Amino acid sequence: MAVIAAAAALVVLLAYGVASQGRDTSIDEAISRGERIEAPDESLPVLGGPGESSLADYRGEVVVLNFWASWCPPCIDELPLLERTQRRIESRGGTVLGVNYKDLPEDALEFSRRFRLSYPNLRDRDGEYAEEFATLGFPETFVVDRRGRIAASRRGPVDQSWLDNTLPPLLAEGA
Amino acid sequence: MRTALALAAAALALASGGAAWAAEPRASLPDIEDEVMCLECGTALNLSNAPVAERERAFIRREIKRGRTKEQIKDALVDRFGPAVLALPDDEGFGLAAYLVPIVVALLAAAGVVIAARRWRRPPRPGAATPSLDPSDEHRLERELRAYDRGLPSHDGPPG
Repeated sequence: MAVIAAAAALVVLLAYGVASQGRDTSIDEAISRGERIEAPDESLPVLGGPGESSLADYRGEVVVLNFWASWCPPCIDELPLLERTQRRIESRGGTVLGVNYKDLPEDALEFSRRFRLSYPNLRDRDGEYAEEFATLGFPETFVVDRRGRIAASRRGPVDQSWLDNTLPPLLAEGA
Repeated sequence: MRTALALAAAALALASGGAAWAAEPRASLPDIEDEVMCLECGTALNLSNAPVAERERAFIRREIKRGRTKEQIKDALVDRFGPAVLALPDDEGFGLAAYLVPIVVALLAAAGVVIAARRWRRPPRPGAATPSLDPSDEHRLERELRAYDRGLPSHDGPPG
């Protein structure tokens, strides 16, 4: 009897394992339907600073949430554009929020200083928070509205036209 | 005096030898690489040439140059990348099977050994080893045994 129970438990565990390997596509599906779903929130250490912060601290603002790593060339290429975006939107109730993950903080800080990034950056050490957004690679960017919902996503580098099309309507929305 | 000096020298030699035994061996990249993951590729670091793997290797080399031990370097990697950087299966979800399966198999094997040992040690039940014959065979057996006892062959042929 015990043998059967143990074998059944193993089969259940294997089935769960196989089922959980699939990627969560709920964010992309919601965006494609024109819906907005609540953005995952998690308290993370501030890159190069004391304490922790999270997306919830920016509730009421439009957040350009950018997942990046210093070893990823496309991530580095888009840093100047993200910094320019920060300067354009910060006075209009928006901010860029970087999430550096699977990276050495020393390396990330070096790039942050080199590009004089003025926007905040958090550390998601092993990418657990990024996984909640079902990230596929580097970089990926999500735009979160003033109510903390994901309104747009870019799985790959952002460009000026995507930001120009995505941000103004969201910045015009009330909280 | 000479004896005291010899004893002091022997004690010094023992103390320095003890310190040498206690010292950890110098860390090396190949020794650490196979116990650390390339975070982005999901393989052991020694199997990857991805950019993040190169950064991890550069970090390990720097720490080795600083004289850090293997354990200190692994701790520093966990501090920067989280526990997933160590080449150990997850302790949740599918990765849990990596821990549970060997335990379950070991328990089943132990149970099998106990059951087998009990069966070997159990005395045979009376009569269990001598299954009853059907009446015609029993009759023939009796007849042949009697013939054997008399030293005469039965009509079916000689015994043996």
